[in-house]
Amino acid sequence: MAGNTGRSKISDKTDKPRDTKYVLRRLWAYIYRYKFLVALALLLTIASNMLALIGPMLSGYAIDAIQPGKGLVIFQKVFYYAFWMIVFYIISSALSYLLSVLMIRISQKMVKRMREDLFKKLVELPVGFFDRYQAGDIISRMSYDIDTINTSLSTDVVQILASIVTVAGSLIMMIVISPELVLVMLITIPLSILYTRYMAKKVRPLFRKRSAKLGELNGFVEEMVSGQKTIKAYAAENSIMDRFDHLNTETVDAYYDAEYYGSMTGPTVNFINNLSLSLITVFGAILYLFGHMTLGNISSFVQYSRKFSGPINEAANIISELQSAAAAAERVFRLMDEAPELADKPDAKVLDEVKGEVALEGVSFGYVPDRVIIKNLFLHAKPGSLTAIVGPTGAGKTTIINLLMRFYDVWSGNIFVDSIETRELTRQSLRKSYAMVLQDTWLFQGTIFDNIAYGKENATMEEVVAAAKMAGMHSYIMRLPEGYQTLVNEDGMNISKGQKQLLTIARAMLLDAKMLILDEATSNVDTRTEIKIQKAMRKLMEQKTCFVIAHRLSTIQGADNILVVDQGNVVEQGTHQELMEKKGFYYRLYHSQFE
Amino acid sequence: MKKVLTYLKPYAIRMLFGFTIKMLGTFMDLGLPWVLAYILDEVIPYHEVSRILLWGLAMILLSIGARTFNIWANRMAAKVARNTTERLRHDLFEKILSLSGNQLDYYTIPSLESRMTSDTYNIHSMIGMMQRIGVRAPIILIGGIIITSTLEPVLTLVLVGVLPFLALIVYLVSKKGIPLYMVQQLAVDKMVRVVRENITGVRVIKALSKTAYEKERFEQINSEVVKKELKAGSTMAITNPVMNLVFNAGLTLVIIVGAYRVNSGMSAPGKIVAFLSYFTIMLQAVMAITRIFVVYSKASASAARIAEVLNAPEDLRILSAEELEAMISQEAAKDQEAQEGKTCQTYQTGQEVQRGQDAQTSHEGQQDKDLKAADDLGYEDKTEESEYHITFHHVNFAYTKEPCIIDMDFGIKRGGTLGIIGSTGSGKTTLINLLMRFYDVTSGSITIDGEDIRCMDKQQLRKKFGVVFQNDVLFADRIYENISFGRDISAEMAQEAIAHAQAADFIEALDEKLDYKLTIKGSNLSGGQKQRLLVARALAGKPEILILDDSSSALDYRTDSLLRKAIRENYTNTTTIVIAQRISSVMKLDHILVMEDGQMAGYGTHEELLASCEVYKEIYQSQLMS
Repeated sequence: MAGNTGRSKISDKTDKPRDTKYVLRRLWAYIYRYKFLVALALLLTIASNMLALIGPMLSGYAIDAIQPGKGLVIFQKVFYYAFWMIVFYIISSALSYLLSVLMIRISQKMVKRMREDLFKKLVELPVGFFDRYQAGDIISRMSYDIDTINTSLSTDVVQILASIVTVAGSLIMMIVISPELVLVMLITIPLSILYTRYMAKKVRPLFRKRSAKLGELNGFVEEMVSGQKTIKAYAAENSIMDRFDHLNTETVDAYYDAEYYGSMTGPTVNFINNLSLSLITVFGAILYLFGHMTLGNISSFVQYSRKFSGPINEAANIISELQSAAAAAERVFRLMDEAPELADKPDAKVLDEVKGEVALEGVSFGYVPDRVIIKNLFLHAKPGSLTAIVGPTGAGKTTIINLLMRFYDVWSGNIFVDSIETRELTRQSLRKSYAMVLQDTWLFQGTIFDNIAYGKENATMEEVVAAAKMAGMHSYIMRLPEGYQTLVNEDGMNISKGQKQLLTIARAMLLDAKMLILDEATSNVDTRTEIKIQKAMRKLMEQKTCFVIAHRLSTIQGADNILVVDQGNVVEQGTHQELMEKKGFYYRLYHSQFE
Repeated sequence: MKKVLTYLKPYAIRMLFGFTIKMLGTFMDLGLPWVLAYILDEVIPYHEVSRILLWGLAMILLSIGARTFNIWANRMAAKVARNTTERLRHDLFEKILSLSGNQLDYYTIPSLESRMTSDTYNIHSMIGMMQRIGVRAPIILIGGIIITSTLEPVLTLVLVGVLPFLALIVYLVSKKGIPLYMVQQLAVDKMVRVVRENITGVRVIKALSKTAYEKERFEQINSEVVKKELKAGSTMAITNPVMNLVFNAGLTLVIIVGAYRVNSGMSAPGKIVAFLSYFTIMLQAVMAITRIFVVYSKASASAARIAEVLNAPEDLRILSAEELEAMISQEAAKDQEAQEGKTCQTYQTGQEVQRGQDAQTSHEGQQDKDLKAADDLGYEDKTEESEYHITFHHVNFAYTKEPCIIDMDFGIKRGGTLGIIGSTGSGKTTLINLLMRFYDVTSGSITIDGEDIRCMDKQQLRKKFGVVFQNDVLFADRIYENISFGRDISAEMAQEAIAHAQAADFIEALDEKLDYKLTIKGSNLSGGQKQRLLVARALAGKPEILILDDSSSALDYRTDSLLRKAIRENYTNTTTIVIAQRISSVMKLDHILVMEDGQMAGYGTHEELLASCEVYKEIYQSQLMS
C-alpha cells in the first residue's frame, strides 16, 4: 500500500472530461455491434408512433358523422371509422410491445457485453491499481453506472425518436386540420420552453445537492453503525446523535428544497395543457361559429395538441437523463482505459521444474516516484532455505513480497529464480511456483471445501481433508453443521479471524509449489494453534524455499537467513546467532520484548 | 406499515387540509372539459363571440386555479414527508445505537445500514407520492365519474366499464412482475459480490493464476442477471401497450355509443368531445396508480423492516435492586434443583459437564467457599470483597445455546492489572463484552465497586472505561475528534494520551498533526498507526478502567514494550485489563488469567502460573525459546 497517501477515486476530475465525442464514439461501437436490431427498433418506433397518430384523425371523422339532432347520425360512416380506429390501435399497441421487448433485448446484450469488457479489464489490472482505488468506486461503475447507461439507451433513445415523430406528426396533423388554430401554439410552446429552462436552472442544482447530502448521510450511517460498539463503549451516543440530527435535518431540508420546486412540475405541465385546451376551445369555437371548422376537427385538434405538448414537457427530463448517462459512460470507459499489467515478454519462458533458488541483486523500488522504499537490496536464498524478514511496522517488509510475486516490478536491479531473471518468465508460471499466505485473509462465498481447494484444480476430498488436517482445522470443520460443505459468508463473517487464517493456510498447503511466502500469516492465530501449524509447516517447508515475515522471534530463530528491515533498508542480514553477536539493531529489537 | 403510519398522526390535520386543497385543485382540472362541452353544445348556438370569450376566460381561470392549488398542496405534502422522515430516521438511529450485542448480531450491521438508508428513503418517497398522486388519482377517478355522469350518464357507464379491465391488467402484471424483479435483484447482488471478491482478493487470485476461472465465474453470473432482467422487463413491458389498447378501445366505444345517443336526441356531439378529454385525464390517473402500486409495495416492505427494529424490545434493561434479587434467587433455585437432581446445569451440554467437573476437582478448596457464596446470593460479597474494584461472581454465559463462559470467578483490585491469555475462541473477548454489558450474564453477576452492573446506568457504567476492541474502528474525522470522541478532552490531554500511546512520532510527522483528517475506517493510516491511535483514544481522559483487547498485534516488540511501560508508569490508578496473544504483553501484570474453552485454566502471577499451570507453561515455552 502506498503509505499515507490513502486511496483515491479513479481520476474523474484531474484531467478535464474528455470530449463528448469520445464517449459517443465508444458508445457507438457498442451500439454498432447490434446495428440490425437497432435499425429494426427505429423502424418500429416510427411505425408505431405514426399509427398512433392516425387514431385522433379517424375519431374526428367519426364525430363529424355524428350530426347533432335526432336521426341525423350517419351510422355507416361512424362504424367504418370506428372499425379502422380499433385496427390501428391494435397494430400500434402490438408494435409498441414488440418494440419494448426488442429494446430490452438490445440493451441487455449491450450491458452484458459492457460488464464483461469491464470485468476482463479488471482482472488484467495490476495489483497496484487496487491498492490505490476504492473497491466501492469500482463496484459502482460496474453496477450503477452501467445500469444508468442501459436505462438511458433503452428508453431515452426510443423516447427521443418517438417524440420527434409525435411532435412532427401532430404538428402536421394540426396544420392540416386548421392552420389558424395552430397559432395558439405560439403561446403555449414558448411557455413550455421558458418553464423547462427555468426549472433546469433552478432545480438541477437543488437535486444535485440532494444527492450529495444523501451520500453524506449514507456514509455517516455506515460508519457509525459499524462502530456502534465503540460508540457505546465511550458513551458517545449523545454527541453522535447530535451530529446525526444535524446531518439528517440538512438532508431532509435538501429534499424539501428540491421538492418545493420539483412539485411545481406536475401542476405546471397540467396548466400548460389546460391553457392550450382553453385557447383551442375558444378559438376553435369561434372558427366553428364561422364555419371554418367542424366539431370533429376540434376534437382531433384537442387530442393532437395533448400529444404535441407531451414530449416537449418531457424534454427536460430526457436531457438530464442523457447527461447523467454520458457521465456514467465516461466513468466506465475511463476504467476500461486503465493501463493493464504489462504484458509478458513475447519470448517469456514458462518456469517449470523449479528448484527454488531465489536471488535479488541490487534491487531498488518504491510505490511513488519520489519515495524509495527499497534501496539496492542483495539477497540469496538457496533451495529449501528459510529467509525471515523482520523489522518494525511499516518498514517495507511486505514490499519484498510484492516484488517476489511481481505484483510490482523493480525500478532497478534484478530478481532471479533458478538463475533466470523473473521478467523473462511468464507471470503465471512465476506466481504458480509460490504458495502464499497473506496477512489479509481472503475467502469468497462458497463452501469450505471450495475455499481450500481454490488453488488446485480438481482437488479431491482426500487432498482437501489432508490439507485441513495439516492446518489443524479438520476437527473444527467436522464440528460444523455441514462439515466441508458449510458455506462461508461474504467476508467470512460466520467464522473467527483465527479460523479464517487457518483456512487460508490450508489452501496454501494444497499447492505443490517449490517456494512459500508467509506474510505475518499466523499473527492472528493463538500460540497453541500456531505450534500445530508450525509443525505442519515445517513438513510443508521441507525442500521449499521460504520467505517469512513474522513478529514472532521463535519463528525467526530457526531461519537460515534473517533480513532485518528498517525504514526501507535492509540494515542487517545473517543468522540469529550472528546477529545477536553483532549487538546491532536486531539485538535491540530482540531484547525490547522483555522490557 | 402501521408503526410507520403513527408517525403521520401529528400531521393528520395538516394532511386533511392539504387533501382539501388538492381536491379543489383537481376539481378545477376536471371542470375544463365540462366547460368545453358546454361551449360546443350550448354557447355556440347563441352565435355570440363575446359569450365564447367569457367562457374561455373561465377556462383559463380554472387552469390557473388548478395549478395554484395543486402546487400549494404538493408543497404541504413535501413538508409532511420531510418532517415524518426526519423523526422516523432520528428514532431509528437512536434505537440502533441502543441495540444490545445480541440484537446487533441478530440484525447484522449491513442490514441495519440498509434499513437506515434505503428503507427510510422508500418511506419518504411513498409518503410524498401518496399525498401528491395517490390522493389525486382517486379524486380524478371519482370526481371524473361524478362530473361525466351529470354530463351524460350512459357514456359514463362505458367509461366505468373500462376501468375494471385496466385495474385487472395492473394487478396481474404487477403480481407477476414484482417477484421477478426481486429475483433479479438477488442476482445483481450476487454479481456485485463476485466483483467485490475479485477486488479484495486480487493478490490471491493472481498468485494462484485463477484469472480465467474468475472470468468464467463472472460470465456465468452476468448471464444470469441478464436473463432475469430480460424476463422481468418483458413481463412489465406488457402493461403500457395493453393499457393503451384497452383505453383506446374504450374511446372507440364512446364514439359508437355516443352516436346512438345523439341519434336518439339524448345527447350532443360536444359531449363526446369532452368525454374523449376525460378519458385521457382518467387514463393518466390510472397509470399513476400503477406507479404508486410499485412504490407502495416497496415502501411497505421497508416499513416492516424499520418497524422490526423500532419495536425491538429494550434489551439489557437497568434493573432495580428488587428485580435483581428476584433474579438471583431464581437462579439459586435453579442451581439447587440441578444439584439435587444430580443432572447438569441447564446451560451445560453433555460435553461441557465433563469439563466443568474436571475444573471442579482441580479447584476443590475454592469450590467449597464458592458454593457458600452462592447460597448467600452474592449480597454479602459486597462487603466481603469491597477491596476489589471489579468482581466476577461465578459468571456463566452463552451467546446462543453453547456455553461460552463457564463459572468465571475472580476479582481485580483498584489500580490492579490483569492479563488474559488463551487460544482463539476461548472466551477472552466475551469477558469484556459482559463486563461492559453488551450482553447480560446467563447466571452469576459482575460488580464494580460492589455494585451489580445490571443496576447501573449504562452510560455511567461505560464512562468508567477506556477501551480498544479487537478490530476497533476509527471514524472519518480529524485525529483530535477521534481521540476526544464526544468527550470533554482538551488538546493537551489528547497530546498526552498520544505520547503515552507511542503515537506522537507519526502524528508529529503529519503536516496537519491533530487536524489530520482520516478517511473512512482510517484507511489512510497503517495498521500499527491505527492501533496506536486507538490506544490513545482509550487512554485519553484517564479512565477508571482500561481495556486493551489484542491492541498491540500490529505493533513491533519495541513499540509494544514502550507502550506497556508508559501505561505502567502513568496510569497507576487505572484498573487495567490486557488481552493478548503474546506472553510478553502480560507477564509483568499483577495477575494473569489463562482461559481455555470458556473456563479458567489458571489464575495467578507469571511465576505462579509457570509453576502450576500446564497450559500457560506450554504457551510460554512456545514463545520464548532461548
